[in-house]
Amino acid sequence: MLEIKDLKVKLEEEDKQILKGVDLKIEPGTVHAIMGPNGSGKSTLSYVLSGRDGYEVTGGTAALEGADLLDMEPEDRAAAGLFLAFQYPVEIPGVGNMTFLRTAVNAQRKARGEEELSAGDFLKIVREKAKSLQIDADMLKRPVNVGFSGGEKKRNEILQMAMLEPKMCILDETDSGLDVDAMKLVSEGVNALRSEGRSFLVITHYQRLLDHIKPDVVHIMADGKIVKSGGPELALEVENNGYADILAEVA
Amino acid sequence: MALAQMKLDATEARLAGVTLPDGAVWARDARAAALERVRQMGLPTKRDEYWRYTDPSSLTAAEAPTAALLENDEGPLFEDVDRVRIVFVDGVFDPAASDDLSTEGVEIERLADAMQVDIHWAKDIYGVLEARGQKPVERPLAALNTALATDGVVIRATGKVSKPINFIYLHNDVASDAVLHNVVKVEADAEITLLETGPAAARFSKQLEVELGEGAVFNHVRAQGRDHERRAVTHCFARIAENSSFKSFTLTFNGVLTRNECVLEIVGDNAVAHVAGACVGDGKDFHHDDTVFVTHDAVNCESRQVFKKVLRNGATGVFQGKILVKEGAQKTDGYQISQSLLLDDDSQFLAKPELEIYADDVACSHGSTSGAIDETALFYLRSRGVSMTDARNLLTLSFLAEALEEIADEALAEELRDRLERWLARHS
Repeated sequence: MLEIKDLKVKLEEEDKQILKGVDLKIEPGTVHAIMGPNGSGKSTLSYVLSGRDGYEVTGGTAALEGADLLDMEPEDRAAAGLFLAFQYPVEIPGVGNMTFLRTAVNAQRKARGEEELSAGDFLKIVREKAKSLQIDADMLKRPVNVGFSGGEKKRNEILQMAMLEPKMCILDETDSGLDVDAMKLVSEGVNALRSEGRSFLVITHYQRLLDHIKPDVVHIMADGKIVKSGGPELALEVENNGYADILAEVA
Repeated sequence: MALAQMKLDATEARLAGVTLPDGAVWARDARAAALERVRQMGLPTKRDEYWRYTDPSSLTAAEAPTAALLENDEGPLFEDVDRVRIVFVDGVFDPAASDDLSTEGVEIERLADAMQVDIHWAKDIYGVLEARGQKPVERPLAALNTALATDGVVIRATGKVSKPINFIYLHNDVASDAVLHNVVKVEADAEITLLETGPAAARFSKQLEVELGEGAVFNHVRAQGRDHERRAVTHCFARIAENSSFKSFTLTFNGVLTRNECVLEIVGDNAVAHVAGACVGDGKDFHHDDTVFVTHDAVNCESRQVFKKVLRNGATGVFQGKILVKEGAQKTDGYQISQSLLLDDDSQFLAKPELEIYADDVACSHGSTSGAIDETALFYLRSRGVSMTDARNLLTLSFLAEALEEIADEALAEELRDRLERWLARHS
């Protein structure tokens, strides 16, 4: 599904190398988790993959189902099936959540040469998906993320994911700012989307989230590289002993 | 002194040979007094404090600059709204194109007719509110309008007016120079909605004087410009009584030069005065100026000024807004915000927000900002598959939303929002 080879990235504005050769291969239908200390480059990886400005790729490749991601505009990456659930979802006053969702869904359908959803069909699908995430009609009507609590914002991200039906989902610290109940709800939303043709890359600091969204593979990232990969037990090791032992071991 | 004298001499030269329209004694007096005010103040020049950001020369020139007729027009607004249409063509009332003026709850007369009547209620408003609004800031172009206005209507609402009154300003003559003056009196507990639409004239001077009785409600929605080359100076003077509500919103689509002045005087307790504007300007020729003055002279009143401007390709926006809270106007709640979205480095926004407060128990806040499109929000939308252009347009609408929310009637707001969306799509 997603194949990253020796990806090297620096900040555009300053001479600072953030990713120093990341290799990662995610098979269809699998869930990968990336853990690592602050500043290890986890969020940068998610931004570079989804096409945010401010980064310069100095080497390596990243491909989604064989297509070169790094050459595409962000909207084209989305249409190709990539989705990033933001750590800090953006508030957009004056644009209704529903309008936003419909614009996004239809823009992607159009880019893929599919027919746009009618207002009626769209409404039906949104209501159904929103219900399972406990997103009520009011939240759908309100401006995008404006006045939403931390949990509501993250649930809204998952709703977008559910509507857009991407192939490759990146979750950037989706657990940050969530209480236990909200985390459970969000995780259930994610788990409901797990399928054979869909892969996930879950970026997190804590093992907690991985109790709910069970990963197939766990990677440890440090100083711009993936330094160790393993099964779910690796996350438990981090939880119990911190990163110091692992980092010492690979140093 | 020499400068002041030059200004007065220039004014005399401009006014030489001007003849005032005839009418009843009170009408002739009102016009003569207004002309005298113009002579005293002198016509504005760029050296005047309130004209530093906007060059008035094309507004004061003897000849109006021409303006091409509108092409690619989307057609008139509010077609689906049940309303009374009052049509002016190049500033001249067109009875044949207008609806029957008899409507429940309201009396509508042509200004020229009202001005022939010896005793008419409009006597207490025509030029009277304008004259009050000359202090502390002089507005000579308003006085000139009062002196010279050739047409307009006077409206008296006596109850809840069943449908909106729509002034429709058509433009058919590339060189038209229109001077319109409208007067609205909303009696106690009466309610009226006024709509204004259309490109109007090559040069358009328009004044609206509004007197609100106790508990009266006045809602005003105006759409001006529509990519038209016209130059316009408009004034609105309102006197706002106890428990009454005044709400005005203006949307400006491009145009060349627009100066909208709004002068609100709150004289009764527990009253509300809102004035808002949204404008979208494209190109170096675009210049849009909102100049607002709200006076609080009563207790427990609320005022809001919400102005948003989207400027690109070298467009210029101006905001000069003031809240004056007089001594004793306690419990005043005053709010003023003026913001611009600058879509490139060539566009500019010039703002002069002012507060002057002589009461000690008030809450007044104001803010003014200029900014570009939020890159994080842009990325957020694009990461969801929305194209760069659509994402920029959505964020532009998002920026304007706070001003559009000032429109009380949701259907009217929706229609203007649709127009804006299409305008943005055309101009991107």
